[in-house]
Amino acid sequence: MILLDRVSKTYSRGSKPSLDRVSLHVEPKEFVIVVGQSGAGKTTLLKLLTREERQTSGKIIVGGIDYDKLKDREIPLLRRKIGVVFQDFKLLPNKTIFENVAYALEMVGMGNKEIRNTVPKVLDIVNLTGKEDRMPVELSGGERQRVAIARAIVRQPKILIADEPTGNLDPKHAWDVIKVLEKINRFGTTVLLTTHNQEIVNRLKRRVVTISDGKIVSDRANGGYKL
Amino acid sequence: MKRRLITFWRIIRTGIVNFLRNISLAIAAMAIMVVTLTIVLFSIIVNFTFSHTISQITSKINISVFLNDSTTQSQANRLIGELKSLPNVESVQYLSKAQALKIYEQENASNQQLIQAVNETSNPLPATIIIKPVNLNNIQSIKDFLSKPAISKLQSDPPSYSGQEKEAIDRITHATNVLQEMGVVAVAIFAFVSVLIIFNTIQMAIFNRRDEIHIMRLLGAGTWFIRGPFIVESIIYGMLSAAISVLIINASFQASAGALQASSLGLLDIGYANRFFNQRFIELLLVELGLGIVIGAVSSLIATRRYLKFKTR
Repeated sequence: MILLDRVSKTYSRGSKPSLDRVSLHVEPKEFVIVVGQSGAGKTTLLKLLTREERQTSGKIIVGGIDYDKLKDREIPLLRRKIGVVFQDFKLLPNKTIFENVAYALEMVGMGNKEIRNTVPKVLDIVNLTGKEDRMPVELSGGERQRVAIARAIVRQPKILIADEPTGNLDPKHAWDVIKVLEKINRFGTTVLLTTHNQEIVNRLKRRVVTISDGKIVSDRANGGYKL
Repeated sequence: MKRRLITFWRIIRTGIVNFLRNISLAIAAMAIMVVTLTIVLFSIIVNFTFSHTISQITSKINISVFLNDSTTQSQANRLIGELKSLPNVESVQYLSKAQALKIYEQENASNQQLIQAVNETSNPLPATIIIKPVNLNNIQSIKDFLSKPAISKLQSDPPSYSGQEKEAIDRITHATNVLQEMGVVAVAIFAFVSVLIIFNTIQMAIFNRRDEIHIMRLLGAGTWFIRGPFIVESIIYGMLSAAISVLIINASFQASAGALQASSLGLLDIGYANRFFNQRFIELLLVELGLGIVIGAVSSLIATRRYLKFKTR
């Protein structure tokens, strides 16, 4: 589903690479946790996968799409296949919670009736029923995080990328979020999760990829947290 | 097809919703547009009014050629034919002695003594050819033609160039001409500067929302799905500004008509300006709407472009 072959990313010429010849293969329906300290290159990895940044060298193939052959006008189509939960949520500030989630469906031309049916179901999954008409600023950090998750999963993407989705949450809510991710994974979505949270990694008992200084230093199935 | 229609309506609806939610920013952009469009509209009206004034003045100017009583009708006809073939002649009118007398009597109807005096003798008025030139400032060729010996022989008196009025009329025409030209230049400069300011204001408004555009991009929204609502929003600015500027001009006409009771302000014939505004109201409104829409659409199109680009390196 996700294939990286010796991928490097250097932001400015002459500086140290943020990712250094990283190779990674993720099977469909797999649940992979990426761990690593701040600045290790986790976020860069995710930005390459969403084609927000372009790799300096190496090959990236996601869902059969070779990123080297991707034209600019095909980038939106690629991004619609990948659900992303951003570290800083990236909610649209001028839209209500409902509209934020609906936006992901509106852009692909889904009908209004279908949108009115789908969005409440997804908001229910993330426990936000009743807050549809609030603006993002009126919500707590945890609630905003859950809106971001709702928006990422509403299109039922084949791949879900979650960048530190538990970073701002207390342990109980953090575990709620992880449970949502597991549920989606059970429905057949490939999940790529980055986290700092040792307890979550240990409890999930999934494949763990550890990145340090832009390199993959370990990749173990059913791994525990170790830096 | 159905999807496209849904998307199209969504873009328009989102544009309207965004306009309402960003009303404070909208007011800043619209204030400048209203001023610009008002001045443009005002200048259009003034320009047409000046043109009207000039053509009215010039239409009163003509050259009268007075013929000898000995000139025969066929001689007169030949002269008329030759005059008509001159390049700067718009029209030639012939008045027989009897017609000239009739007009003279009408013009002096209040002065019975004068009319009596004229009627006591045999008709003293000469047959007259009235020449209307195309361009007043270029009547030398007509003058030259009329002063040829063969032609001047037929005349009882030297031709009259609308008497002493000509010089005064010339000066007014010249003044209006200059005002009109200055007006066109001033409007051109002002319009250019204000388009830049409007463009800048809209660009600032979009700059404030560049993060929003960036997020939409990351979520996979297509270029026009992101850009469309911004353009719709700017078009609403333009349309509302156009409507407001037309209302301002309308209100000022009503205020001046009531307060001044004046029909002209210096050279500017307010009465005509008002009539022009009322008669061409729809056309003027359409011109203003068109300008507002084009300025709004183009500036938001250019302003969104840079935030929609993908990283290529």
